[in-house]
Amino acid sequence: MTTDTSAPEAKQKKAKPGEDGERRLNMIEAINDALDTMLGRDDDVVIFGEDAGYFGGVFRCTAGLQEKYGTSRVFDAPISECGIMAVAVGMGAYGLRPVPEIQFADYIYPGYDQIVSEAARLRYRSAGEFIAPMTIRSPYGGGIFGGQTHSQSPEALFTHISGMKTVVPSTPYDAKGLLIAAIEDNDPVVFFEPKRIYNGPFEGYYDKPAAAWRSHDASITPEGYYRIELGKANVVREGQALTVLAYGTMVHVAKKVCEEKGVDAEVIDLRTLVPVDIETIEASVEKTGRCLIVHEASRTSGFGAELSALVQERCFYHLEAPIERVTGFDTPYPHSLEWAYFPGPVRIGQALDRLMADI
Amino acid sequence: MAGNGDTDTRGNLPPLSLHVPEPKFRPGDEVDFSHIGVTEPGAQPRPDENCEAGETHPLCNDLIRVLGDDNKAHGPWDPKLDPETLRRMLQTMALTRAFDERMFRGQRQGKTSFYMKCTGEEATSISTAMALADDDMIFPSYRQQGALISRGYPLIEMINQIYSNEGDKLKGRQLPIMYSARDYSFYTISGNLATQVPQAVGFGMASAIKGDTKIAATWVGDGSTAEGDFHAACTFASVYRAPVVINVVNNQWAISSFSGFAGAENATFAARAIGYGIAGLRVDGNDPLACYAAERWAANRARSNAGPTLIEFFSYRAEGHSTSDDPSGYRSAQEREEWPLGDPVMRLKNHLIALGEWDEDGQAKMDLEAAEQVKAANTEAQKLGTLGHGMHQPFETMFEDVYEDVPWHLAEQREQSLREKEIKFGKKDPGEAQ
Repeated sequence: MTTDTSAPEAKQKKAKPGEDGERRLNMIEAINDALDTMLGRDDDVVIFGEDAGYFGGVFRCTAGLQEKYGTSRVFDAPISECGIMAVAVGMGAYGLRPVPEIQFADYIYPGYDQIVSEAARLRYRSAGEFIAPMTIRSPYGGGIFGGQTHSQSPEALFTHISGMKTVVPSTPYDAKGLLIAAIEDNDPVVFFEPKRIYNGPFEGYYDKPAAAWRSHDASITPEGYYRIELGKANVVREGQALTVLAYGTMVHVAKKVCEEKGVDAEVIDLRTLVPVDIETIEASVEKTGRCLIVHEASRTSGFGAELSALVQERCFYHLEAPIERVTGFDTPYPHSLEWAYFPGPVRIGQALDRLMADI
Repeated sequence: MAGNGDTDTRGNLPPLSLHVPEPKFRPGDEVDFSHIGVTEPGAQPRPDENCEAGETHPLCNDLIRVLGDDNKAHGPWDPKLDPETLRRMLQTMALTRAFDERMFRGQRQGKTSFYMKCTGEEATSISTAMALADDDMIFPSYRQQGALISRGYPLIEMINQIYSNEGDKLKGRQLPIMYSARDYSFYTISGNLATQVPQAVGFGMASAIKGDTKIAATWVGDGSTAEGDFHAACTFASVYRAPVVINVVNNQWAISSFSGFAGAENATFAARAIGYGIAGLRVDGNDPLACYAAERWAANRARSNAGPTLIEFFSYRAEGHSTSDDPSGYRSAQEREEWPLGDPVMRLKNHLIALGEWDEDGQAKMDLEAAEQVKAANTEAQKLGTLGHGMHQPFETMFEDVYEDVPWHLAEQREQSLREKEIKFGKKDPGEAQ
């Protein structure tokens, strides 16, 4: 059911500390490092998924781990997302800490019943007798000519599920710290990895050369163990004029557009969607009085609707303009018209113009 | 074009027709079960527990039976249980049956919203559970209450759960009979069918990853084998040779749909094992000795790293699907009395009598004691409340255990529920307000 249309150009080489002792990793290496760290720290951590074992994953995120930890800790799985999710739930019930991989978020749906009806509810329905401390890793998002089934952003199908936590990193540093925290978390976490920014940040210009992570400070990644607490947003740019709520690839795109237009935006990378960091959001919107929400996922009933409602309910008397949502359109993700679909600089720029019009 | 030519040559063929399975008997029909092949007890070979999966294939189309019409045990599958174990098995069956009767009545009396009996299928859960080690994890469906009772789980805890009262360990969150009993290695029951089957495989894989000796055993109905999870479970069990026993209780009916809608017209459920390359057994599900022997065989096989087994227990759902079901709407009332494999409790009782280890007086006394035991547990449980308005738990518990900790949005909703409580009931407990 999976077709790899978007493998990275070359096999990744593990970054070595540079002359200044800094270690710069791309997001793939950072994820690999997080998995390596947790496999080493906790004997109950196991990793499996389609092509995740010997081959090291179609995106190389699990490269070298089977060789290092053995086939009973890191192994290949049948092409059955339902089965992968279910055995992870059963392993959790035993006491393991499984980190199953779904090759593309677009293929998570066969496992959806096991996630929604089982993993998310296990603790509740058993009053804590059984838990599902699993972390579902899955590459997600578009911007790579992945067409309908290699581009989707289905986070809203998970943020709506009581009992699930949903995490989306936007940098190598965050990816490692958040993934470690997710693996250590005793609740089921779906960890969506924006594959457009696996190799470098993307600022929305498909017609410009892609940047590599090495030149970005967020690629500086400490060795060994560290964690970024789930439920805490990151203010990636402080500003006074408006608040941008974004996550994943769109953090970089939105930040770039704000800079280009000279808008003094406060850009918040949510990092965790559920539970969302409401304090940081409220404090920012109360300061700026304006809010722009940006996500790749389609618009109707997307996570942006929840964010918009929260801001409207809690910051109503501080708002000086209607909350704007910039999202993908309500269509399946197209192949050839990808850059017409993608919520890029033009769409974000127009929303900024509307938001700032009365200033 | 070739297409036109094909159309021409197909011109004489009769039109295709859709086969929609139909059970042999509908309400009012005379029942004749003579088409069911009832095999000779003791005639089925018992392969070595570590045999190649392929060696079991003839047994997938056979029917392993031990107890004969003479009420004696026959053949290589006789588990040779001592009379004390047999009496304990019989007593657990009597207790389960008494429990079902009482709880069914409790639902009719409005003490709870829902109940499901396992009448006629007691051997498929009780005899099988007794063949496992106490710490082997059971991944049940909703009709294995016998397994829980056989593990000594207190009846009062079961009734508390059914009544969702203040003693309910699941805090009133779960539909009645969806028990969870980790201390008894009994996995939390889900309303979503067949999800537990691949989960059991995962548990078995985990046990193997850790080099443990525990195995997992899971139960699924004939109807639920049609779910995709069943296929996933068999595939993963086969691929990783997981130490797991997959028990398919073929009770012929999935609510109103007969087993033909899960493919039973064309192959036995045990025969599914053949395609996956796992061991398969087909067993008389109303023969407690055969059920015990098959489960023990599969458990030994799993525990010795020889891989999974799929067992079909051929049985009959003697009662309605649930308290919400009336089987007279879709099947002949004669089916139950005509069922050729009889009743598991009667067969075990008659076996013990034939062994000279039991008598009718003992049985009558046992049945009475079982009824008394259930009645006493019911009386105790009722002191903690019956469903009624349902609000036996502190409101705030509704928000616990969604996550390990209560996140901000649930904390806010918890405050809201407590404000609503005060508006509805004042400062009083809702129980007092009614």
